[in-house]
Amino acid sequence: MAKVTEKDLDMVALLSRLEIPETDKARSLEQLDAFLQYVDNLSAIPTDDVEPLAHVLPIHNVFREDVVRPSLDRDLALSNAPLQEDGYFKVPKILED
Amino acid sequence: MKYEAVIGLEIHSELKTNTKIFCGCATTFGAEQNTHVCPVCLGLPGVLPVVNRRVVEFAIKAGLALNCTINKFSKFDRKNYYYPDLPKNFQTSQYDLPIAEHGYVDIETEEGKKRIRITRIHMEEDAGKLVHSGATIKDSAASNVDYNRTGVPLIEIVSEPDMRTPQEARAYMEKIKSILEYIDVSNCRMEEGNLRADLNVSLRPAGTDGLGTKAEMKNINSFKAVEDALTYEIERQEEVLEDGGHVVQETRTWDPARGITLSMRTKETAQDYRYMPEPDLVPIITTDEEIRAYKEGLPELPDARQARLEKDFGLSSYDAGIITSSRDMAEYFDAVVAEGADAKLAANWMMGDLSKNLNQEGKSIGESPVDAKRLGAMIRLIEKGTISSKIGKEVFKAMWESKDDPEKIIKDKGLVQITDTKEIEAIVDSVIAANPKPVADYKSGNKKAIGALVGQIMKQTRGKANPQLVNQLLEKKLAE
Repeated sequence: MAKVTEKDLDMVALLSRLEIPETDKARSLEQLDAFLQYVDNLSAIPTDDVEPLAHVLPIHNVFREDVVRPSLDRDLALSNAPLQEDGYFKVPKILED
Repeated sequence: MKYEAVIGLEIHSELKTNTKIFCGCATTFGAEQNTHVCPVCLGLPGVLPVVNRRVVEFAIKAGLALNCTINKFSKFDRKNYYYPDLPKNFQTSQYDLPIAEHGYVDIETEEGKKRIRITRIHMEEDAGKLVHSGATIKDSAASNVDYNRTGVPLIEIVSEPDMRTPQEARAYMEKIKSILEYIDVSNCRMEEGNLRADLNVSLRPAGTDGLGTKAEMKNINSFKAVEDALTYEIERQEEVLEDGGHVVQETRTWDPARGITLSMRTKETAQDYRYMPEPDLVPIITTDEEIRAYKEGLPELPDARQARLEKDFGLSSYDAGIITSSRDMAEYFDAVVAEGADAKLAANWMMGDLSKNLNQEGKSIGESPVDAKRLGAMIRLIEKGTISSKIGKEVFKAMWESKDDPEKIIKDKGLVQITDTKEIEAIVDSVIAANPKPVADYKSGNKKAIGALVGQIMKQTRGKANPQLVNQLLEKKLAE
């Protein structure tokens, strides 16, 4: 029953920061549609009386005490950054003009 | 057409914990950039966040103090968005099962008490701080990020759109701040960003029920800015509607220097946070017994304290409201009264000379050079008649500038009130003799003329004569 439109595909691609070439769009649409139809099989199961699952493990209340632990050395913290400046992580332009 | 504003606030308050919400990094304000970071708050792959127990405690306390229902089953969710202030590309927050819901606070308005409903309170992590290279974010070719604040625990308090004026919005935020201070879960230092609000405002024709298109202003961190930004934005939307236009749903920034709001267009064309349960954090279950214990552990809150001051000490609602608006002020008042001072006099001195001096020097009551002990002692000296209220002002000023006790100041400056009838009588006689005109006026029926004589006597005694005694003696002598 799922019928994904090209608009949906563009939206999902944008939200996922994916660039889908024009030439791949038809194939991507087809795949996405097939995938959603497959997942749609789950709709056949009645879930009206089932609480939404919050976590896959049957555990709760895992806490730590409010005690300070050493942070990373700054040079180490920045060592993976593609760009850095004066102890900051440097990032490209954020907002459009 | 006449419009009415519909205002709702999302207040973010940083909690005063030692460590961040999901890791052991310190939360201290003002540290060097990127020195309070670790693999967890930097969002490095493979790390496992663990909830700080105190964050949950503080959030539950805030929920109870704001009259909310505590959700006995609560969980965290991921809120996905792309913005470099969070290194994970999502913020760990709460979506459908927040820690607290359905609360309210009462605020004072010109038309009396008004109830503002609280939709929900949820726990989340704060984001990092961006430092832009240009004058504004828009003309910056690049920005620098400091992740020290990333992961500092926040509660977000979401109100219903129950406010109608900028003044109500301000009163609501002041009330929230006051309550959070009372229960001691946040430092509420607005200049440090401990407490900030996102303002949502839309207009609708007065008297109608629908909701217009809203604009949002983010991260407003002073009461004045709340009022100013809303006032401006309401006027702006009014003009748009009056000109036959439509308000665009958008985020706007408040520029306090220019006193205007400006549109912010982000690269993100559609907001879609794609909330999903956070798989790395397990649910939080709170029992009825725990909730009861938290409730019993809450201190007296501002409304109750105000009612107590009105009832026990006969303070006016206005005075009691101001004194209890901050916990420090209320505690100062209690300490002055504990010194044995009369409560109404204590209130008068706090609302008068003390507030005036604090305001002049931009000090908080916690920084007052005159502590509650010395003010209490001075008020008792006034009650005992050792000094008059007028001399009290002089003593207060001296206390402000030195650490001396009021007794010592009074002794050193020779300010003890003259209550010796003989001594005053001599002065009264000399003043009567030296001022025949007012004496004659008084005797011929102009009773007001006595004022000039009293003035002369007070001047000669440098204000130290007991005023009642002076009046009595004067009237007696003039009647002779």
